[in-house]
Amino acid sequence: MAAYVLRRLGGAVAVLWAAFTVSYLILYLLPSDPVAIMLDQGAGGERVDPARVAELRERYGFDQGPVQQYLTLLGRTLTGDLGTSISSGAPVSGLIADAFPETAKLAGLALALALVAGVGIALLASWTRAAWLRDLLLALPPLGVAVPGFWVGLVLLHLFSFTWFVFPAVGNEGFASLVLPAVTLAVGLAAVVAQVLSQGLREASRAPYVETAFAKGSGRARVLGAHVARNGSLPTVTVLGVLVGNLLGGTVVVETVFSRQGFGRLVENAVTTQDIPVVQGLVVVAAAVFVVTSLLVDLVHPLLDPRVLAGGHGRSGGGAR
Amino acid sequence: MVPNPPRRTSPHRTSPQRTISRRSHAAPAAVATALAAALALTGCSGPESASGAAPAEPTPGGTLRFALGAAPAGVDPQQVGSNVSIYVARQLADSLTDQDPETGEIQPWLAESWEVSDDLTRFTFHLRDGVTFSDGSALDADDVRASFDAISGDLGAAAPLAASYLAGYQETEVPDPGTATVVFDEPNAQFLQATSTVSLAILAEETAEVDPAERLQGDVIGSGPFVLESYTQDQGAVVTRREGYDWAPEAAEHQGDAYLERIEFSVVPESGVRAGGLASDQFDAVGDVLPQDVPQVEGSGGEVLTRANPGVPFVLQPNLTRAPLDDVEVRRALLVAIDRQELVDTVLSDAFAPATGILASTTPGYADLSDRLAFDPEEAGRILDDAGWTEGPDGIRVKDGEPLEIEVTFTPVFTGSGPVLELVAQQLRAVGVDLRLRQLTAAEQTTAQDSGDYDFYYYNVTRADADILRTQFSTAQRNLSLREPDDVVDPLLDEQLGEADPATRDAVVAEAQEALLDEGLAIPLFELSQSIGVRGDVHGVTFDASSRLLFHDAWIEQE
Repeated sequence: MAAYVLRRLGGAVAVLWAAFTVSYLILYLLPSDPVAIMLDQGAGGERVDPARVAELRERYGFDQGPVQQYLTLLGRTLTGDLGTSISSGAPVSGLIADAFPETAKLAGLALALALVAGVGIALLASWTRAAWLRDLLLALPPLGVAVPGFWVGLVLLHLFSFTWFVFPAVGNEGFASLVLPAVTLAVGLAAVVAQVLSQGLREASRAPYVETAFAKGSGRARVLGAHVARNGSLPTVTVLGVLVGNLLGGTVVVETVFSRQGFGRLVENAVTTQDIPVVQGLVVVAAAVFVVTSLLVDLVHPLLDPRVLAGGHGRSGGGAR
Repeated sequence: MVPNPPRRTSPHRTSPQRTISRRSHAAPAAVATALAAALALTGCSGPESASGAAPAEPTPGGTLRFALGAAPAGVDPQQVGSNVSIYVARQLADSLTDQDPETGEIQPWLAESWEVSDDLTRFTFHLRDGVTFSDGSALDADDVRASFDAISGDLGAAAPLAASYLAGYQETEVPDPGTATVVFDEPNAQFLQATSTVSLAILAEETAEVDPAERLQGDVIGSGPFVLESYTQDQGAVVTRREGYDWAPEAAEHQGDAYLERIEFSVVPESGVRAGGLASDQFDAVGDVLPQDVPQVEGSGGEVLTRANPGVPFVLQPNLTRAPLDDVEVRRALLVAIDRQELVDTVLSDAFAPATGILASTTPGYADLSDRLAFDPEEAGRILDDAGWTEGPDGIRVKDGEPLEIEVTFTPVFTGSGPVLELVAQQLRAVGVDLRLRQLTAAEQTTAQDSGDYDFYYYNVTRADADILRTQFSTAQRNLSLREPDDVVDPLLDEQLGEADPATRDAVVAEAQEALLDEGLAIPLFELSQSIGVRGDVHGVTFDASSRLLFHDAWIEQE
């Protein structure tokens, strides 16, 4: 077990470094630079004095070579200093510290809602003997995947905020402001969970051990709960690791529609202004979230299926998938 | 400023008046719309007074919840450039002078009076007594000096707009605490108007010492009617009323403290959410109302206020180093090949006006050149025929084997831009010109601008002074046309900057506008308008001369 964990940890560090390096390369290769963009936006259409641009570029260290800049950034990041935003001058760590808890709340609630709904749909579809109900339930996941998140958000807003004021349309104040965005974010997520889990359950229920269990006299509930669900949920756990990473991406849209402070808004803004220190900070944090969830998934796997540790099913490679 | 985002709205052609257009409902609206259209057609505009039964007495108190369409870049008056940033920052600080939105005249504000030397290099301001900053300290000439020294010094890199107003700045002399003389090494006719802008607002001397980044985050001390309570990047800002404010400009409706106790600005990027939030009483006022959201705003008893931005309207500026726009005849043909009224009627709304010159009609010194911009496709065809551009097999004109293909580079910062340009392309195709759209992000646009990689550059700039022509078109300035210095346009643009007599300066500026159009150095399209939605119980929100919002006179009916 210790070797398994160590291997996974090593992979995690490699992923973090790769994310940092690749995002730096992409940002560096973009033809424009954040200083010019920032000045252009503040200039209100007036010409920006090239001497000013050069002065600021020097202040931010952009006049150095790419390798030098990269090493400086990497060294700083390793010591925990994420630098300051070029467009606003605010410390990156502060920006992330303000934004991350808000997104964590949103993503956490969305994940919980998605699990309840997704698992509920899959279990009910496996349990029911009414064909019409099963068909109806199994039709929901494709629908949930197909509707775009911002559309769901706008419909929810229209109904539950503008027409009947149940929840506020914007902001981060209190639990009420969290409900509509979390539901919006949860729809697509629940659909994937329901889809993958019902598929897994269907396959697991065809396995020989199910017949054995029934033959031993177990009831339907026990067979579904103890045998089918345990084996059939493995793919879902794997997919969940990826979904949590995707959740961060989903917050870009949801936080914009609901005007919430958070990670997604920060990402959007930093990318459009090519604010390198902020983007780099966000990439590192996002990669860390991804790595941690993957690690958790890897650690949960052996609990569900001891064969993972036996090596037969061991997957090669790092923690991210 | 910035390719000003927002703005699209409803009825009422905007007028260059401080009075804001207000929409009433049903039948009167139709009449007003017809009237507005008639005014637009004749190229003139008139004042429109508030409609509806406004309660007589403003009531102090209350919080105004304002939804901004985009995030402010910061709250330092001297550094910010975008409309939404200025909505917030303008409330925190005052300027030496104020500009009358109706006449363009410069009026006293922090300066009671001023003298300008004949050669326009020395501007002496006599400051008003008794003005204090929000920290209680007195505002005196040292603060003026510190503000301007900072802008032309270390702050300048981060405050390019303010720095451009102070180009050629030598020093500020302070003979006594009530007098500041700003000295330039060259004549600077635009400076007086510049002192009325938020960019040259006067901040406390100690603010000049603060790091630009920290200032942007809110570490600024001003003398405005409101003080900053909080600012959160990408989220918004809260300002609260300053007690003892007693130096509003003359144009204000009232003297003394602002009526509103607080203004909560929040950033709400989705226009539908802003409108829905206004209709469901989650906001009191919203920025950037889009045409499709107007019915919702008005249906809930609210109004849409609009005013055209002064400065350079949305134009197509040709890159003269590239074919086919290096051909002056092509540029001249394009001037009359565009049906500007159709742009407004079809893809914008009557809150917008067709461009009638190379300056927006709300700009002091504006010359009405609508006769040169009258839609005349036959004439356009004739010019192109004479210049040797003959119709090719697919309807696109050809000369020496080269098709008449032009690419326009634009960003969708203003949401109407894409549809407008698509319609322009359609109109140009009718005269045999193939206009292709190249949509870029702001970052890509910056790169394209720096490398001169464009045929037409599409943009607008806000400034309530005709000097904007020089800063945009002079070969020594922004010069998006990459034009070589000449002996017609450049001298005119420089001359107005040294012209002390307003009437003479206007005449020079008018000549420059004609010269610019003669050469087809910009193809004007339409004027940008600010459009603000307010609830029925909100009154007194006003536009300044640059079409940015003022809240000193704003009030909310109290229950």
